[in-house]
Amino acid sequence: MILKPDDAARLAEMVAGALAEGAPLEIVGGGTKRGLGRPMQTRATLDLSGLAGVTLYEPDELVLSAHAGTRLADIEAAVAAQGQMLAFEPPDLGPLWGAAVGAQTIGGVLATNLAGPRRIKAGAARDHFLGAEAVGGRGEAFKAGGRVVKNVTGYDLCKLFAGSHGTLVALHGVTLKVMPMPEKTRTVLLLGLEPAAAVAALAAALGSAHEVSGAAHLPASLARRSAVDLVARAGAAVTAVRVEGPGPSVAVRCAALREQLGRGAEAAELHSMRSLALWREVRDVASLLPDVTAALWRVSVAPSDGPAVAAAVAARAPTEVLFDWGGGLLWLAVPGTGDAGAAIVRAAVDAVGGHATLVRADAAVRAVVPPFHPQPAALAALSRRVKDQFDPRRILNPGRMAADL
Amino acid sequence: MKMPEPDAGTLARRDAIVAALAAIVPGGVIDRPDAMRVYETDALTAYRQMPLVVVLPETTEQVAAVLRWCHAHKVKVVPRGAGTSLSGGALPLADGVLLGMAKFNRVLRIDAADRVAVVQPGVTNLGISQAVAHLGFYYAPDPSSQIACTIGGNVAENSGGVHCLKYGLTTNNVLGVELVLITGEVVRLGGRHLDAEGYDLLGVVVGSEGLLGVVTEVTVRILPKPASARAVLIGFATSEAAGDCVAAIIAAGIIPGGMEMMDRPAIHAAEDFVHAGYPRDVEALLIVELDGPPAEVDHLIGSVEAIARAKGAVMQRVSADEAERLTFWAGRKAAFPAVGRISPDYFCMDGTIPRRRLPEVLTAMREMETRHGLRVANVFHAGDGNLHPLILYDANRPGELERAEAFGADILRLCVAVGGVLTGEHGVGVEKRDLMGTMFSDVDLAHQQRLKCAFDPDGLLNPGKVFPTLHRCAELGRLHVSGGKLPFPDLPRF
Repeated sequence: MILKPDDAARLAEMVAGALAEGAPLEIVGGGTKRGLGRPMQTRATLDLSGLAGVTLYEPDELVLSAHAGTRLADIEAAVAAQGQMLAFEPPDLGPLWGAAVGAQTIGGVLATNLAGPRRIKAGAARDHFLGAEAVGGRGEAFKAGGRVVKNVTGYDLCKLFAGSHGTLVALHGVTLKVMPMPEKTRTVLLLGLEPAAAVAALAAALGSAHEVSGAAHLPASLARRSAVDLVARAGAAVTAVRVEGPGPSVAVRCAALREQLGRGAEAAELHSMRSLALWREVRDVASLLPDVTAALWRVSVAPSDGPAVAAAVAARAPTEVLFDWGGGLLWLAVPGTGDAGAAIVRAAVDAVGGHATLVRADAAVRAVVPPFHPQPAALAALSRRVKDQFDPRRILNPGRMAADL
Repeated sequence: MKMPEPDAGTLARRDAIVAALAAIVPGGVIDRPDAMRVYETDALTAYRQMPLVVVLPETTEQVAAVLRWCHAHKVKVVPRGAGTSLSGGALPLADGVLLGMAKFNRVLRIDAADRVAVVQPGVTNLGISQAVAHLGFYYAPDPSSQIACTIGGNVAENSGGVHCLKYGLTTNNVLGVELVLITGEVVRLGGRHLDAEGYDLLGVVVGSEGLLGVVTEVTVRILPKPASARAVLIGFATSEAAGDCVAAIIAAGIIPGGMEMMDRPAIHAAEDFVHAGYPRDVEALLIVELDGPPAEVDHLIGSVEAIARAKGAVMQRVSADEAERLTFWAGRKAAFPAVGRISPDYFCMDGTIPRRRLPEVLTAMREMETRHGLRVANVFHAGDGNLHPLILYDANRPGELERAEAFGADILRLCVAVGGVLTGEHGVGVEKRDLMGTMFSDVDLAHQQRLKCAFDPDGLLNPGKVFPTLHRCAELGRLHVSGGKLPFPDLPRF
């Protein structure tokens, strides 16, 4: 059964109905990320895509409100028309699971707390999520947060809902912080570096006063797949450092970064469209790691630990890796057979501290291997108590994140 | 403002409680009234209360043991950092243990390559920046009390500062904490990596005002110091023109490092105090600071000057050097003590409003001055709409404190009415607790309190703060399953 509310009151009624019946709901917006997390068995799908549209946009207050089922592409077009953007650079990961490009909704982006390369400078989705209107697992409609960029009134429940994968509430209205789009973007490329040297160079760039907003490393096999000619033809690994801002400033900072980092390595520079294209590839991953039969892991560690974690996995399984966030975010493509590399990847991550998410694998694998990193007992119990409070009957995306959430 | 009635049983057991805590933290318990006196208030000095007893642990294990004991014996706990809260967040309870975290004052780890610092919660905000300065880094959030306030208190209050429009609040700059739950269990939330998956409990612990747990270690993001910074003073004949200028700067795609506004009474008080060179003949003064690479700062200063001219600025001065930039800021940073010189007492409010509503809010505040018979001076984080009206009063005059409280409540109700919020960076505490209902419905508040139930179902941590009424978790947990009459009979049913 598909339930598709067209306003908040009906949404609340549908959730209350599911509560009365004890009937679990799978919540979908664009449905692009259904392959993320544990497979669920639900009697009904709650489709929020009918709750769409921007309801408030005040560019000079830096805020935008929209119904949660609004397509991200529509929001990005509306803010771009005013020279603004969602600074956390939300990735379009749908194609990793075979979904169409550009189909995701803002509710889905927030529920999964995704962020692109600019995460290191501007924060994640959670950092731009100012206000929420939602229906919890008790069938009650409520709001949290506000419609201004600075607010500490009460608990910051928006943070809790960001990244909760629809297991606590069904979002129907959201307010976001928007930021001005930078006037210019350029990228300094360093060629031929090994991962450890690349991550050291990225750390130097991020530790400089040049306000770097992207720091990625593509080993040679990934660089070759880029649609950006200068990257694809490099014939070597490509380390990329992005600088954004007013024109004169970007030019000066790029020159300074080339001077600082370029010694001992061949360097090049991408301007405007080429720079935008490369960072879109890094953000969305699929074109750089195109093998759809591979299992895909998303690993977050301290940046300086990134190369060692990647090497530890590669030593035990055929691996391709994309480094983002200065080395702190690893996208690992490994064979999808067996446990999809879970034992190897999680051992490597646990050795240094961090987490590994199994982003893509067969449903049969995800039913056995926890896609989200297992937590220590006290933390898992605390998370369970939070779930108990917001969704005591387990009707909202039950089991999506963990068996008992 | 009323605090919960002290529990007579707890008061009667005081000697036993003191003895039990002394066994857990030898030499770290203060129970003599004269020695406890310094803990009876925080920076919201209008409210005072002696605690039951003060305990100053030094290790996570001691904090865990104190909380485990208090949980087992149902004794309330009020956590405290440096006691600089402007909302009464650290106000003691007569029947509560005051848990002072001042001894957790060590920087544990500085990691320039990963741009993080790991510190104990009693390290001051400025202390973090000083500890990483030799590496060219700093910690971005900079509340005015940064010399004294601690990072643990910043985490509890989600503190801001003049730079948070560009660099974010505490929540955007903390990567992880070690947290002791009321049961004595120790959990680590986040870490040196970004966006720890699972529920973002770090995100709710930041800004939870000591109601969810006690933080014993904090991992913060540190940033490279900007290569340069320059500030412009811009004077306007009306607050409307100043507000228009702020909107136009942001609409032009410029996010200044800081953008502050002061009204005439605040300008005069600050100028009389520190002689920063502020003009006395303007109604509104902006300080706009641009930071970053020199090429960018120079470029943007030119843009800001042009915008200000177009918006009718009656004076503009760009800082010629670092000394002059600091002088520009000296007046603003001393605004609170400057107001303290012209009035025996003042209440600092902290509402945030959509910036475009500023002129009507200022006009309404002038009317309230007449109605309440008290004066107000305004300083304003203009970029993000965070208003700090300073209500001047004299606590020694009978009735003035109550009038100041009523005036403050009127201002905050107005902030909410125009689409804003009760507090932008100081926290709810006891000060705005009874106004929560103007912003949130009972159902909204019930959902917030259910989070509290997941962490502290007995309500032992910092009770009497944030929520006007603490519902029992058993009552909040009851499910209301609808049956019978349904508003939408056309909906498909299972």
